[in-house]
Amino acid sequence: MSDIFDIFLLEAVLNGLLLGGLLALLSLGLNLIFGVIDVVWICYAELIMCGMYAVYYLHVQYHWPLVIAMLGAIGIVAFLGWLLHQFVIRPVLNAEPINQLLVTGGVLFFLQAAATLAFGIEFKNLGVQLPSVRLGEMSFSAARLIAFAAALGGVIALWFFLRKTYLGTAIRAISQDRAIMPLMGVDPARIFAITSALGGALAGLAACLLVLQYDIHPAIGLSFGPITFLICVLGGLGNMVGGFIAAFIFAQFIAVGGFFFAVEWGYVIAFVFFIAVMFWRPRGILGK
Amino acid sequence: MNYPIHLAILVLLWGFIYTSWSLMGRLGLVSFGHGAFMGIGAYTVVMLWNHFGLSPWIGAPAALAFTAVVALIVGYPCFRFRIVGHYFALVTLALSEVVRLLITASRDFTGGSLGATPNGALHEGASAALGALQFSEKWVWLAIVAACWVGGLWVWRLVDRSMARLALQAISEEEEAAASIGIHVTRAKLRITLISALMTCMGGILYAQYQLYVNPDAVSGIAISLQMVFGVIAGGMFVMLGPTVGAAFTLLLAEGLRLAFGNRYPALDTTVYGVMLVLFIIYMPKGILGAALAAWRGKSVLRT
Repeated sequence: MSDIFDIFLLEAVLNGLLLGGLLALLSLGLNLIFGVIDVVWICYAELIMCGMYAVYYLHVQYHWPLVIAMLGAIGIVAFLGWLLHQFVIRPVLNAEPINQLLVTGGVLFFLQAAATLAFGIEFKNLGVQLPSVRLGEMSFSAARLIAFAAALGGVIALWFFLRKTYLGTAIRAISQDRAIMPLMGVDPARIFAITSALGGALAGLAACLLVLQYDIHPAIGLSFGPITFLICVLGGLGNMVGGFIAAFIFAQFIAVGGFFFAVEWGYVIAFVFFIAVMFWRPRGILGK
Repeated sequence: MNYPIHLAILVLLWGFIYTSWSLMGRLGLVSFGHGAFMGIGAYTVVMLWNHFGLSPWIGAPAALAFTAVVALIVGYPCFRFRIVGHYFALVTLALSEVVRLLITASRDFTGGSLGATPNGALHEGASAALGALQFSEKWVWLAIVAACWVGGLWVWRLVDRSMARLALQAISEEEEAAASIGIHVTRAKLRITLISALMTCMGGILYAQYQLYVNPDAVSGIAISLQMVFGVIAGGMFVMLGPTVGAAFTLLLAEGLRLAFGNRYPALDTTVYGVMLVLFIIYMPKGILGAALAAWRGKSVLRT
C-alpha cells in the first residue's frame, strides 16, 4: 500500500515540476515588462486567452497546420502587446503607478467581455489529443512534457537574447537606469515598444502550450492571471530568476497539495504561503 | 413598480460597498481584496442560518468579528512591514482568492461554486420574517439599504474631518516623512482598514439577504474585487458621492444596454464599460463626478 502511495506522490511531485515550467514561462513575460517598463499588465492572462483563441480559429476554422497556426498566434499576441503599450500604457507612463496598474485592469474587462461577445461562452477545444507517456507505474501527459520543454526553451532563448544581442543589452540597460540611457543614445520609446511586443510574444507562446491542455473560454484568464502575478511578486517583481524559483515552489504546493487534498486546497495552501512569505520578505524572495 | 425600486436598492447597496472601499482607496491603500470581506459577510451569515439555525441578527455580529480578525491578521503585517503600492494590491488580491477558493473547496458545507440559498423563513402570506432578515416587500429593503448608505456617507464625513485623514494623506504622500513627524503609520492605516473592511462585510451580508442567493464568484475573488475598484474609479474616489455615482453609472449602463439590445449581446455592457474605464483612467482620473465638479467650478481642483 505504501509503495503505491509513494509512487503517486512521486508522480504528483513530477507533475508539479512540469507545471512549474509552464508557470515559469507565464511569469517570464510579465517580469520582463515590469523590469523594463515598470508597469504590471493585469490583463496579461487575457492576452494569453486571445492567443488561445487565435490558435483555435487559425487551426480549426482556417485549417492552418497546427505549428503554423501557433506561430501566427504568437505574432498576433506580440502585436496585441505592442498595441497595448502604444495606446494604453504610453498615455499613463508618467501618471501615478497605481493608475498604470488600473488601466490594464480596464483592458482585462474589455478583452474578457469582447471575447464573450465575439466567441461566445461555450468551451472550445482544439481537438488535438496527445498521448500520455508512461514511465514505470507513472503516467504523464505528453502535452505537459511538451509545455515543459518549450517553456525551458523559451526561457533559455530569452536569456541569450538579453545577454548576447545589442538590443537585449539595451533592454537590460534601460531596466537598470531609465534616466541615463537616453543620454547614451538609446531611444526608450523604441525599447519599450520592442519589449512590449516581446512580452506579448511570450504570452503567445504560453497560449500555444496552454491550448494543448485546457479548453478555451473567455474567463480562462481569471484562472491563470492571479497565480501569475503572485508568482512574480513572490519572486520579486521584475526579477526573472526569482520568478523562476517562485514558479516551481508554487507548482509544488499546487500539485502536492492537490494530491493530499482537493485541487482547490493546493491553491489555498499556495496563496496562504504567498501571503506569509510577503510578511517575511516584503519585496519577494530575491527582491532588492 | 418593483423594477425601479430594485434598481434603486442595487445602486444604494453597491454605492455603500464602493464608498467603503474608497475610504481606503482614496488614501493610497488600493486594495484588490475587498471581495474577501464581502464574501466572509455573505457566507458567514447564510451558513450559520442554514446549518445551525442561527438568526442573521447573531450571524451578522459573528461575520463582522470574523472580518475584523482577518483584516487585522493580513493588515497588521502589511502595514508593519511597509507593503505598499503594487505589492499591497497583489497581497490583498491573494487574500480575496483565498476566500473564494476556501468557499469553493468546502463544497460539502457551502455548496461550492453552485452557491447557496438561505432557507426560506417567510410563512404563507407573510411578507416579513424579521428574525431571519427576510422581507418580500422591496420597500423594506430600500429603507434598510438607504439607511446603510447614509450611514456609510456619514462615516466618510467623519473620517474626512478627522485628524486621521490628514495623517493618512501625509502617509500616502511620503510614508517615511509622516512617520518622522510622529504619525503612527501602522495604527493609522489599520484603523481605516478595519472601518472599510467591516463596512464591506456589512454590504456582503445585506447583499446575501436581499438576493437570497450567494455564490463564491459573485461575492468574493478577483472579479468582484476589481469590480469595486473600477466602479469607484468611474464615479470618482475623491468626492463623497463619487462611489455612488460610479455604482449608478455601471448599473444603468448595463441595464440600458440590456434594454436597448435585449439579451442578444450578453457581454456588450462590460465591453463598453472596459473601454470607458481605460479612457477614464487616461483622460479623466478623477472620475465622472470629480470631473463634473471640477468643470462646474471652472478650474481644476486639487484632489483632496
